[in-house]
Amino acid sequence: MTRLFPHPLLTAALTLVWLLLTSFSLGHLILGAVVAALASRAFAAIEPERVKVRSPKSLVKLFFIVGLDIIRSNYAVARLILTGGQHGKRRSGFVEIPLQLRDPAPLALLSMIVTATPGTAWVEYDEETGTLLLHVFDMIETDDWVKLIAIRYETLLLEAFPR
Amino acid sequence: MSAFIMSAALSYAQIALALAACLGGFRLLYGPRAQDRVLGLDTFYVTAMLLFVVTGIRVGSPFFFEAAMVIGVLGFVATVSLAKFLIRGEVIE
Amino acid sequence: MTYLETLPAWIAIPVAFFLVLGATLTLLGAIGLARLQSFYDRLHAPTLGTSWGAAGILLASMILVSWTEGRAVLHELVIGIFLMVTTPVTLMFLGRAALHRDRIEGTPGIPGAVERSDVPIGPVSPPEGETAFADPAEAPGEG
Repeated sequence: MTRLFPHPLLTAALTLVWLLLTSFSLGHLILGAVVAALASRAFAAIEPERVKVRSPKSLVKLFFIVGLDIIRSNYAVARLILTGGQHGKRRSGFVEIPLQLRDPAPLALLSMIVTATPGTAWVEYDEETGTLLLHVFDMIETDDWVKLIAIRYETLLLEAFPR
Repeated sequence: MSAFIMSAALSYAQIALALAACLGGFRLLYGPRAQDRVLGLDTFYVTAMLLFVVTGIRVGSPFFFEAAMVIGVLGFVATVSLAKFLIRGEVIE
Repeated sequence: MTYLETLPAWIAIPVAFFLVLGATLTLLGAIGLARLQSFYDRLHAPTLGTSWGAAGILLASMILVSWTEGRAVLHELVIGIFLMVTTPVTLMFLGRAALHRDRIEGTPGIPGAVERSDVPIGPVSPPEGETAFADPAEAPGEG
């Protein structure tokens, strides 16, 4: 089974994308599943290690938290672009955040979260020390940003993906 | 009634997106440094893609959607390769 | 324009709302891109367009096409997922490229290359008398 489907999540996702792009029918389901299985086997040659999700519940929780944060920061950045630009009150800067995450999959997820949220931009990640360099659009308190990333997102990511 | 709402919203969206694409093009042309130009290109293709989706809604044809997807894929590859060039092209290795 | 006239108001209003929201956010992001002063500030502006700007327009398209087709048409989700996955890659690359170039040129206010884990948390400015190339591999080549 594992040899036939090395990346079951990837296979399922690719089948879903195939169905979304064509139409939901039995023929497309079979064809899409075959294409997805072949593609995930090809992917296994590049990346043999399989991503394991320990608790999908915390991923769902993370999804809603991030969705809310994205709406909030969209509003905040849009307001800052309209008003704060000319008053000179806004101060942007770099923040260094020590991370406990080491695996590539949760790090990739964290980078998606950080980039999809307007107001924070992922600039550099140092693999040896595990330090993440962020650029923050509106720097209120440096500690707040460290707390936001480390407590709000990282604990959930650590729960979701086993070490 | 709903035809008026829809045509007003679609016109507004098209104008706003076209303006956004123009601003991205402004950075692409005048951006002081190379990374600004690449960022302008990134904005330009994303807004062009969204403009295609909106035009597809107005015309009612699915082909604009396919075109939008092609723009998305090609724009991504273009931006990534340009950014990669900015990293590697400068350093003598 | 013909098929839009038969739309009931309860479909037209949310579609119009999401269209206006998405287009406005994308436009604001582009305005930010044109107006902000430093490159790292400008790096934040397009994320407005790629997060809720794109999501609004794709949601509007999804609602409208689903209603006209009479079934759930979700292929806009593919564009949405694609944008979600690709935007971090482009922006990370651009940020790293800009950081790399700024370090080589020695622009002030740019954090140096990270080498230790005991660096202070917070906005770092390069210490006086030390060049920005903490990592010898990152320095421009000798010849």
